[in-house]
Amino acid sequence: MQAQEIEIKGIKNGILIELKDGEWEDQKDALLSHIDDNLAFFKSARIVLDVGDRSLKSPDLSGLRNTLSDRDVKLKAVLSTSLVTERASQDLGLEIKLDESSPEPEKSSINSMLDGDEAIFLHRTLRSGHKVKYQGHIVVLGDVNPGAELIAGGNIIIWGRLRGVAHAGAGGDTSAVVCSLDLSPTQLRISDKISVSPPRKGKPHPEIAFLEDGQVTARDWAAGK
Amino acid sequence: MSAKVITITSGKGGVGKTTATANIGAALATMGQRVACIDADIGLRNLDVVLGLENRIVYDLVDAVEGRCRLSQAMIKDKHIPDLYLIPSAQTRDKTAVSPSDMIRICDELRPDLDWVIVDSPAGIERGFKNAIAPADEVIVITNPEVSAVRDADRIIGIVEAEEKGTPKLLINRLNPEMVKQNNMLSADDVVDLLAIHLLGIVPEDKAVLISTNQGTPITLDNKSLAGQAYQNIARRLMGEEIPLLDLDKGSGFFNRISSVFGSGD
Repeated sequence: MQAQEIEIKGIKNGILIELKDGEWEDQKDALLSHIDDNLAFFKSARIVLDVGDRSLKSPDLSGLRNTLSDRDVKLKAVLSTSLVTERASQDLGLEIKLDESSPEPEKSSINSMLDGDEAIFLHRTLRSGHKVKYQGHIVVLGDVNPGAELIAGGNIIIWGRLRGVAHAGAGGDTSAVVCSLDLSPTQLRISDKISVSPPRKGKPHPEIAFLEDGQVTARDWAAGK
Repeated sequence: MSAKVITITSGKGGVGKTTATANIGAALATMGQRVACIDADIGLRNLDVVLGLENRIVYDLVDAVEGRCRLSQAMIKDKHIPDLYLIPSAQTRDKTAVSPSDMIRICDELRPDLDWVIVDSPAGIERGFKNAIAPADEVIVITNPEVSAVRDADRIIGIVEAEEKGTPKLLINRLNPEMVKQNNMLSADDVVDLLAIHLLGIVPEDKAVLISTNQGTPITLDNKSLAGQAYQNIARRLMGEEIPLLDLDKGSGFFNRISSVFGSGD
């Protein structure tokens, strides 16, 4: 039966549902029909959905969320090992972790041992509420607006303006740097050091920030240096 | 003929969503378009007051959704402009009374008989906002030239894009050219620079807006008001006309002219 393909567990503040392998549409339909069969149980429930390694886009998730909300079921979080799914969830304001109470473990979840020089490349404006976490380097072609957050195990390079929060070397790498064409972050963190940028004097110009004597320091970022 | 559904939203409250909805709706209707404005702020009904129609409400959006009336019975005809209709929200219920699919169904039912459906979104990014953007063909994000409103607008743009509603258009409301000149307010350029989306229009700060809102007569019916003209221009841009942005400095010139008239009377 369909219901057997879905694993349902009670957790601290909701219901955890694990989708088994198979087509997303089939699994989704199976889930919905299971909920329809047990409406009383699911009424007003908060669901955490584990979709495994599926790559889901925002419309998939928002569609499911809307369908669930029609049944008075709240989709609270989506767990996935796929970066695409995680990003789509974050864009929709869904949580992507079970444990929401302590933001600290982020640090330890980033592996400071880099395998080679892995990086992700983002060609878009990162807006308020966007959060990108990656254990390698992060390269952005576009602006990082106030309220957006970048957390990298390695370096952060922004070909655009940095006005949000950037955390390089989040696993403890003190040699990590943050570069931007206009370095005006809300807050800048390198390894475990935190700094705020002084008010800008004069025209914006490319700068590079790094740790020097345990202090976050910024210097002009120009060719040949 | 099929209406275009436009949702006006902002994230932050109090930046002028309801006023913009009323005025864009009224401006389009004065151009001969058939327009319905939907108040999607269930539980905090406002648009009826701004349009001056609160005493004509019999049925509301929730009645139509729940089948207590036909949709046409919930459509209130405007007292000033023919072909402008209001679908008021319910004051006694909350956002969960309507779902995104209900909104899509209502708008689809309206489409054949109208040219425009303008949805006034509640503040926030929760259920009410999701309801409001679900039926939208196009989204207009409204902000004031202040840092907190722009931050929320930025977040909203990100969510609208994530919902695959396309990139929204920007409306900057309550810009004060004098304060911008003195570097005490973000300029329109500052705002557009940060949000990086298409600017649909700028509405200047204008005391007449508050008065017209209280009187329940959209400011756009007042040709003397600069804010009213700004809304007319926005409506014409939505119709596909190329209209340059208002020269807001002329606004201060206008007030200068008034004061010089008073001055010459001495």
